[in-house]
Amino acid sequence: MIQIKNLHKRFGKNQVLEGLALDLKPGGIYAVLGPNGSGKTTLIKCILGMVLPDRGTISVGGADIRRNPGYREAISYLPQIASFPGNLRVGELIDMILDLRKQTADPAPLIGMFRLEPHLDKRLSALSGGTLQKVNLVLTFMFDTPLYILDEPTTGLDPASLIRLKERIHSMREQGKTLLVTTHIMQFVEEVADQVIYLLEGKIYFRGTLDALKNKTGQQDVEHAIAAIAMKDHV
Amino acid sequence: MFKILKYSFYDLMRSRWSYVYFIFYLALGFMLLFLNNDLSKAVITLMNVIIVLVPLIATIFGVMYFYNSREFTQLLLAQPLKRTQIFLGQYFGVAGSLCLSLVLGLGIPFVFYGLFKSSAIWDFGLLLVTGGFLTLIFTALSFNIALSNANKIKGFGYAVLLWLFLAVIYDGLFLLSLILFEAYPLDNFSLAGTLLNPIDLSRTLILLKLDISALLGYTGAVFKQFFGTEAGLLISLGVLLLWTGLPIWWLTRQARRKDF
Repeated sequence: MIQIKNLHKRFGKNQVLEGLALDLKPGGIYAVLGPNGSGKTTLIKCILGMVLPDRGTISVGGADIRRNPGYREAISYLPQIASFPGNLRVGELIDMILDLRKQTADPAPLIGMFRLEPHLDKRLSALSGGTLQKVNLVLTFMFDTPLYILDEPTTGLDPASLIRLKERIHSMREQGKTLLVTTHIMQFVEEVADQVIYLLEGKIYFRGTLDALKNKTGQQDVEHAIAAIAMKDHV
Repeated sequence: MFKILKYSFYDLMRSRWSYVYFIFYLALGFMLLFLNNDLSKAVITLMNVIIVLVPLIATIFGVMYFYNSREFTQLLLAQPLKRTQIFLGQYFGVAGSLCLSLVLGLGIPFVFYGLFKSSAIWDFGLLLVTGGFLTLIFTALSFNIALSNANKIKGFGYAVLLWLFLAVIYDGLFLLSLILFEAYPLDNFSLAGTLLNPIDLSRTLILLKLDISALLGYTGAVFKQFFGTEAGLLISLGVLLLWTGLPIWWLTRQARRKDF
């Protein structure tokens, strides 16, 4: 699904990605983890073509992403901060993204799932943070694409919505979709992720299943295992 | 690009600021006509206002819109759309809505006062065209500034400084250099100086059309002497086009190379 070779990116003096390589097979849920500033968001933005790498190649679905904006038809992206034009109404925003992408989509069940019907006629500037995140989730999941990239999907969600989000993610795994998720909530990782990709200092420090991670670090739960990786390297 | 343009335009048409801008021009138009009670004179007064205010409003509006829609731009960037289309769409959405406010806000009062029966219609038309050019130019310049400055305060500062420079300081320096180098032949210098500033250029363009280049003093005389009214009009229009095209081209170039 995604092949990344020798990816380098530097912002000013800050070398964020340093020779990162990654090969993801289609299907499964990959959690991208790492301490703050380890390059998670930069990696995701490189895959999306929003950040242009200094060196290295990225291909999605077998095609190189450079000079090829059409490859994003295969990706649905959930941005970290849900912020939309305040003068638009929720329904209009959904229609607009549908109109811009021109791909098959089915927003109705998602709107029901996140109980957004009463908000459809409200302006986006009038919504709370959690409701905006639900709108964000509808915009992402309404398209039927092979790859989903979710940046902190749980931000601001109430427990009921969080449960529905997890159900949705599980059903997508069964459909054979590929999901790339970043989060700092380890419980969420334990519940949904098939594999963990741990970034440290611009490289992939660990990649494998959650069990392999626990074995490697000799810890009982994921939270401590992740913390242990970070410690080992720094002490 | 046209879809993005459409949505940016709708978004702006619902924003309070478009109406403030529209009502301001409406009030200005009616007031000038009420005070002057003569279309041709009102056109001249209006020129002085437009030349300074249109660039200021386009600059501030452009920077403000760009920063306010930054997250939305990020959402669009993740969709299967070309970067240049996203930014050009937003740019023409902003510039288009500003032009519309200008044309309607000034057009309505002048039509009420019998513009279509008046000989001033061409002068007024040229005034609106120049206003449109200035909107396009300064919105493009402000988009460029906002795109290359992630810091809002800096972006605002640079944009307002640019306006201040082109609208006020440039003229001062120009005048100063004319006085300092009085002893030398300055015809070509003053000609180039006028062409290099879109605000001066617009002023010259309108004054040449109104045939009151005496008001312009030295520059106007030089302009008239060199080009004659017809050629002068064409050349200044051409340079205005260049002033519009270059920042737009630079915007697309910058948009293609930037990290978001």
